[in-house]
Amino acid sequence: MSKEKKKSELKKKLQLAFYWAASCGGCEIAVLDIDEKILDVINIADILFWPVAIDIKYKDVEAMEDNHIDVCFFNGAIRTEEQEHIAKLLRKKSKILVSFGACAVHGGIPGLGNVANKQQIFDVAYLNNPSTDNPKKIIPKTSVNVKEGKLTLPDFYDTVKTLDQTVDVDYYLPGCPPTPDQIMTAVGAIAENKLPPKGSIIGPMKSVCDECRFEKTEKKIKEIKRVYELDKFEEKCLLEQGIICLGPATRGGCDARCLDANMPCTGCGGPTPNSLDQGAKMMSGLASILGIEGEEKMSEEEIQELIDQVVDPIGTFYKYTLPSSIINRRIIK
Amino acid sequence: MKEEFEPNILGFLCNWCSYAGADLAGTSRIKYPPNIKSIRVMCSGRVDTVFILEALRKGADGVLIAGCHPGDCHYQSGNYKTNRRIKLLKNFLKDMGVEPERVRFEYVSASEGQKFAAVVTDFVNELKKIGPSPIKE
Repeated sequence: MSKEKKKSELKKKLQLAFYWAASCGGCEIAVLDIDEKILDVINIADILFWPVAIDIKYKDVEAMEDNHIDVCFFNGAIRTEEQEHIAKLLRKKSKILVSFGACAVHGGIPGLGNVANKQQIFDVAYLNNPSTDNPKKIIPKTSVNVKEGKLTLPDFYDTVKTLDQTVDVDYYLPGCPPTPDQIMTAVGAIAENKLPPKGSIIGPMKSVCDECRFEKTEKKIKEIKRVYELDKFEEKCLLEQGIICLGPATRGGCDARCLDANMPCTGCGGPTPNSLDQGAKMMSGLASILGIEGEEKMSEEEIQELIDQVVDPIGTFYKYTLPSSIINRRIIK
Repeated sequence: MKEEFEPNILGFLCNWCSYAGADLAGTSRIKYPPNIKSIRVMCSGRVDTVFILEALRKGADGVLIAGCHPGDCHYQSGNYKTNRRIKLLKNFLKDMGVEPERVRFEYVSASEGQKFAAVVTDFVNELKKIGPSPIKE
């Protein structure tokens, strides 16, 4: 094969990039979870940038022409100046930007940081923690002068944002992490150029309940329980057993894997189609089925007690979606 | 002089009791502050917590949900569900640093024009003390 031909063949390959911002790294593992199918991906694609797996520097990305990358899979929320900078840079260099995983799409677990601000987080992380020994009260600064010169760190923001609150996003792939099937659906659609309209969420239009194996009947809950508090596990809908399961308010596509392991859905798929706020929807739904029996005889205090069984409404209903929900952060005065 | 803050209230009134109650307040010429904008819903049970949060974000300083008295719901149990829903929402609002007093659930029957006027007056006075919604866009 002549050199010319080889070059033109190389060019036909998809040019991919991966990046992680505020996330745990699980999304990176999820990419590898497609197992031997990664070889199929490599057959059709070149990976240009992937800080976790290959050694390429930011300046190499900066040197690329605009739109040089065909598809960029971006996971993680935007928490620091560096993440914002790279999000903007990769947007410029990529034809298609895919918001990958719950953190990038809805804010994810790092998004729960929005119940505090920078100062409160730094206070706990660097000062007022029983296991922290910091007598000089040193906290990270964006720049500091040492004898060797000036050192800088990216700024840490008060509020965690989703990727699409920072830059324009083409497609969304929710899930914590997205399942290998979802990833392969996305890669397949890209490879065959059968992409849905811009702004689409790559996932089914149905809720997790639609994929869940448990039998479902009319829902009534007497009291809320946690999984370990169940006397006897029954092969039926977890909500009907008193466990808060976000299945009804969550977009499917995960094959209800958590339910397969007898654990409730915690909502990583984000809101169902056309729903503005996953947490609020679940609150509405849960309140409707909690304490139905004898509801007409209950006093206001008894109802309050019943409702107070939900000890942490933010963590329960907004575990993955706080930055993208209607109230995206705690109001701190 | 600084102008007094006039709260913006969105009211979800149930078709069978509270909307008729508000109508009665009108036809009886009972005076109450003009800060409330009413939306008629078939049942207070139709009011999703999403509507309330969205109202607070899009310009309302307070949201009033009014339904039939316990036992009087035209659909048997819609008002019970709303009662629980509002309590859960208030717990959430408190955790988010938003005053739970901004959301109020009241029972107003079709014959309680007087009560409707009193509820709105009281709500307006309370919201004047709390100030504008902190989540308004």
